[in-house]
Amino acid sequence: MNFNRPERSHMSVDKATVARIAHLARIGVAEEQLRPLAAELSGILQWIEQLNEVDTDAVAPMASVHDEALRWRKDVVDDGGKQAEIIANAPDGVNGFFAVPKVIE
Amino acid sequence: MVEKSLMNNYVEGDTGPWEVVIGLEVHAQVTSQSKLFSGAATAFGAEPNSQVSLVDAGMPGMLPVINEVAVEQAVRSGLGLNAKINTYSVFDRKNYFYADLPQGYQISQYLQPIVGEGVITVDLEDGRSRDIGIERLHLEQDAGKSIHDRHPTKTYVDLNRSGVALMEIVSKPDMRTAEEAGAYVRKVRTILRYLGTCDGNMEEGSMRADVNVSVRRPGEALGTRAEIKNVNSVRFMQQAIAYETGRQIDILEAGGSIDQETRLFDAQSGTTRPMRSKEEAHDYRYFPDPDLLPLEFSDAFIERIRRTLPELPDAKKQRYMDAMGLSVHDAQVLVSEREIAAFFEQVAQGRDPKIAANWVQGEFFAQLSKAERDIADSPVSADQLGGLIDLIADSTISGKIAKDVLVSMFESGQDAAAIVAEKGLKQVSDSGVIEAEIDKVIAVNPDKVAEFQGGKDKVLGWFVGQIMQATKGKANPQMVNQLLRGKLKA
Amino acid sequence: MAELTELGISEARDLLAKGALSSRELTESHISAMAESSALNAMVTETPEIALAMADASDERRAKGGSGALEGIPLAIKDLFCTKGVLTTAGSHILDGFRPPYESTVTANLWQAGAVMLGKTNMDEFAMGSSNETSYYGAVQNPWRRHGDNRALVPGGSSGGSATAVSGRFAMGATATDTGGSIRQPASFTGTVGCKPTYGRCSRWGVVAFASSLDQAGPITRSVRDNAIMLGAMAGYDPKDATSANVALPDFEAALTGDARGLKIGVPKEYVLDGMPGEIEALWQRGIGWLRAAGAEIIDISLPHTKYALPTYYIVAPAEASSNLARYDGVRFGLRMPGDDLTEMYENTRAAGFGPEVRRRVLIGTYVLSAGYYDAYYLKAQKVRRLIAQDFRDVFASVDAILTPSTPSAAFAFGDKADDPIAMYLNDVFTVPANLAGLPGISLPAGLSDDGLPLGLQVLAPAFDEETMFRVAGLLEEAAAFNEAPTQWWRSR
Ligand SMILES: [Mg+2]
Ligand SMILES: [Zn+2]
Repeated sequence: MNFNRPERSHMSVDKATVARIAHLARIGVAEEQLRPLAAELSGILQWIEQLNEVDTDAVAPMASVHDEALRWRKDVVDDGGKQAEIIANAPDGVNGFFAVPKVIE
Repeated sequence: MVEKSLMNNYVEGDTGPWEVVIGLEVHAQVTSQSKLFSGAATAFGAEPNSQVSLVDAGMPGMLPVINEVAVEQAVRSGLGLNAKINTYSVFDRKNYFYADLPQGYQISQYLQPIVGEGVITVDLEDGRSRDIGIERLHLEQDAGKSIHDRHPTKTYVDLNRSGVALMEIVSKPDMRTAEEAGAYVRKVRTILRYLGTCDGNMEEGSMRADVNVSVRRPGEALGTRAEIKNVNSVRFMQQAIAYETGRQIDILEAGGSIDQETRLFDAQSGTTRPMRSKEEAHDYRYFPDPDLLPLEFSDAFIERIRRTLPELPDAKKQRYMDAMGLSVHDAQVLVSEREIAAFFEQVAQGRDPKIAANWVQGEFFAQLSKAERDIADSPVSADQLGGLIDLIADSTISGKIAKDVLVSMFESGQDAAAIVAEKGLKQVSDSGVIEAEIDKVIAVNPDKVAEFQGGKDKVLGWFVGQIMQATKGKANPQMVNQLLRGKLKA
Repeated sequence: MAELTELGISEARDLLAKGALSSRELTESHISAMAESSALNAMVTETPEIALAMADASDERRAKGGSGALEGIPLAIKDLFCTKGVLTTAGSHILDGFRPPYESTVTANLWQAGAVMLGKTNMDEFAMGSSNETSYYGAVQNPWRRHGDNRALVPGGSSGGSATAVSGRFAMGATATDTGGSIRQPASFTGTVGCKPTYGRCSRWGVVAFASSLDQAGPITRSVRDNAIMLGAMAGYDPKDATSANVALPDFEAALTGDARGLKIGVPKEYVLDGMPGEIEALWQRGIGWLRAAGAEIIDISLPHTKYALPTYYIVAPAEASSNLARYDGVRFGLRMPGDDLTEMYENTRAAGFGPEVRRRVLIGTYVLSAGYYDAYYLKAQKVRRLIAQDFRDVFASVDAILTPSTPSAAFAFGDKADDPIAMYLNDVFTVPANLAGLPGISLPAGLSDDGLPLGLQVLAPAFDEETMFRVAGLLEEAAAFNEAPTQWWRSR
């Protein structure tokens, strides 16, 4: 078996794209990090693109590794009532609420 | 200036007619004890974060397990909406960040919902009906609640609603007026309440609608729509549609274009404004939730549920008209709530349905609203109201006395018969007694007699009034009428 | 008696049963070995008080006649398992100070079976890594070193701390998790036995999620028998995990029959890599020879889509991770970095809380799911994944198990691959297919490299047939007679 490493070095991901997905993922990225990240992600994506060699026209995507149906739970209240535990690890918890910087809708 | 043309529902702008296109996404809370994917309670109004499981709080390593009742209720609702039930559906993650979305995604159904296309019939004020298409119904989690007004610089988050099961019911863009949209929401609410799948309580947020509004020139392709989020009453929805219609037409007529955006309705001003927190373009990155296998059930499961469906409002209305001879209007009012229909049917049991219908939606509703009560906790039961109607039917009391008796029934909770006996309200049908009263009145009012005999028929009413007054309303009105005529003509 | 820390689980179990040893003695010896091994940085949190209390409770239970399958056995727990009241970090800064108010099902099962918790093991951040270099708590050092070479080596990852604790003789066994090889690869690098059972065999409830459709917990031990014992205690149906399999739990230890008759072993031609070290190929051939000598039939097989397993994995796993890691937002637990508004708070928290590899994978995952790319990447990968799973289904119609090398190389030195993500990803080339197909796999030490490092062989079996996997692994273990151990150069006394 032979793992083709991408030889082309064209960037499939540019700076603007990195900025856009970083914002979607809510990860702050400094301006000077955008270019190196774009290069890195482009490299990985080019390597991944070898999947295009595989003919999958007649293949259904895999939903789960086992062919099973979802199991159902009874409609019973057997949880909750633990405000203290729910809030215990919160960086900012006030009067039973979680608190975050104010949001303007 | 925007004016509505009645003939074709077009809105007349300065430059010609516009057609309004409305589609609705109704979020209906599933009636269930516990949440869609956790065992925490769904009850309304608890202490913050007290009805939250580790799953609902999005704690690391927590996993969803689906509530069977939520599945049943969705299927039940789908059947009630005359929709296709999908025996194979998939839960997806809708990814976005928000303070009250603890997992960072909402578990919803995207490409393969549990319920597909359906149709419901809505009834309009002028007696017309219209069919509105249902695009789909899917199950999804509710988010928590953000509270913005308790602290100057902080938003507080309560996750009690986080994970509560919702049915999102998406209509086709089939509505053309605010009235149709209102009728649609009311009809969906009625159907779900009949089915017992959603309590339809808009004040507590168990039903709310996202309203999609666009305008176009008649016959042209769909215009760009604005989505107005989380409108929680039919009145607000209709105001929002009216405002939005005017806003869009004004922009288009001034040569502008509509932004596809999410807007908020401000009840204070009756206007809509862009939602700041949703300004940026969304990319929800839907993909099948790997924590959940596909949702599958058999046709037999659907049939089992189908067999337990109640008679739904449309069928009921038809039966009231066909078998009971009620008018469209009466039938419509009586089927509007399952409890009202049940109450009416109990009253009508073994009685004249038209009289029962008149009493239920006439005097009974009037007293109920005066008492500020719901039919569910009415102080007068259906059997008690039936007993009152029986007393009229067998001439024990007059219809007029019956109205007073009903007032007493609402006050005391007593049966009609007991009140009639206690207060001595039994109708006087003894012709001797009535004739004696008539004679007295005739004797002291020769001028009125003359008037009547001179052709003034109306005076008869005055005589009836005198006799009823004299008998404290207890005289049998038919007998009074009949005997009076005889004596006056003589 | 030899040093107590040299005992295997099954040997200790017998001594404890005979009353020749108490859990307290056994636990104390491991606690001090753990304390003396801090140079390896295998532990994020040591819990000696909890360990001693659990050991005493175990001795009491035993005195009253009760004993579970792991009664009194001290274990280390990968810091990906939530442990009630005990710091759980997933190797990440973003879970700063997080003490779960709950216990994972797998660890609860272990405590139910009588096991004792020594502490929480270091790991690659969110289990993303193959060298343990991505941990916020610093890298773990492999107990092994090359002959005549003092350079520190990576223990593999992501369960590098667990593998090191077992290899370094300060835990008798350790829990681990395997999303693309994170049990089997570090086991191979540290001369230990690591098994990833069938997807659905162990509950994922309470295990910090990396990639939900791939993650599976399993044990790392020093022998195949110990591994079978420990897996039996960890596994089982859990109604709290909708992907947990409601299947019977066999007696895995009883599967170690030592009998190879009738076994058909597949050898996949695609697992020969260009440029693979000769010693890996030689080890594989030795394994084939051992099984044939024991009476098994060797069959050449083809798994044609193997080549695409890694790129498939590097779409599916980051995609799921990008969503699974969205809950680390500074609102309900863990680290929060201030910001002027909510979005800034999120961006600051997640930038500071996640290390470079986690950020990289979350970005890749976000990208492949984003509008316009979903079909080309994610959907495509899920289709290829089906083909990979189908390959296995096809060959398991004619073979009982598959034999491959565990890794394409022995342990490498720090920094060797840290700058080249794809070179790092290639470490998992032999292990990833089993995750994609949900199959059980085990790595066991089968020899030393030319420069004295342990090398592992991997046995793969059909879904829910861990018994055959253990049976074959037992045969290999017997034949390999691997009893090398690292010199305990790190111990500070
Ligand atoms: Mg919607
Ligand atoms: Zn929705």
